[in-house]
Amino acid sequence: MKNLSAFLAGALFSVGLTISGMTDPQNVIGFLDISGQWNPSLMLVFCSAVIVTGIGYRLVLKRQAPVFEAQFSVPTNRVLDGRLMTGSAIFGIGWGLVGLCPGPALSSISAGDSGVYIFLIAMVGGMLLQRNVSAFIDAQNNPVVSA
Amino acid sequence: MNTTIIVQSLLGGTLIGAAAVLLMFTLGRISGVSGITSGLLSLNLKKNDLWRLAFIIGLISGPVIYASAGGRLPELTVDTRLPYLIAGGLLVGFGSTLGSGCASGHGVCGIARISPRSLVATVIFVAAAMATVFFTR
Repeated sequence: MKNLSAFLAGALFSVGLTISGMTDPQNVIGFLDISGQWNPSLMLVFCSAVIVTGIGYRLVLKRQAPVFEAQFSVPTNRVLDGRLMTGSAIFGIGWGLVGLCPGPALSSISAGDSGVYIFLIAMVGGMLLQRNVSAFIDAQNNPVVSA
Repeated sequence: MNTTIIVQSLLGGTLIGAAAVLLMFTLGRISGVSGITSGLLSLNLKKNDLWRLAFIIGLISGPVIYASAGGRLPELTVDTRLPYLIAGGLLVGFGSTLGSGCASGHGVCGIARISPRSLVATVIFVAAAMATVFFTR
């Protein structure tokens, strides 16, 4: 049941992206291009998604626990750190370069566009690279003290 | 913008929201696509992580199911420049993992929870993306 509900949530998510046209990078670039022909449709998609999620979360989080798990796994970190800001800026530059981000890219796999595949392979590479770089930096900052 | 686009945008956004609420209601999880994906890139995956794979298979299958039910799939205009695709993918993967979220996790779910981290992240990545488009197009 857990996997079925995750599957349904994923499918619903990508159908929403498809119907709203957000799987097409051109619509995303159109929104980001404020000095050109501005396309506000992303704003409408975003606002309706946030309103539905906001109301739904409020109702759901009143429960003791989700249906199939013992507890909610909601982030509790409230610290605005350098990692959050640097990471978001780097993500934004990549997003602006091609108009693709993880959700729409994965939702477009069935379209068979080789550009999407190249993007996804590079994206997974970037995720793996980040892990190794962060692990390296952490190791430099917190050297193991030998006895 | 015509009425059709407005209706499609609002309907699509509502479905995205419904998907996020469904995942929170059933598994208590945030629908952050970058986090769900990067959680799978581990050498010691546990049975507990299977839902991540199910969510991604759902993401991939959604448009196929929609099309087989008679839905019309939009044309995709994807960049064909190899350096842009590679750099874009690397930066999106690296940045979303470092910043703990992308447009779905921070943008939709985080702002819906009024999380200060997600608000800051979203303002930064939208601004960075707009600046990038301004300088590259």
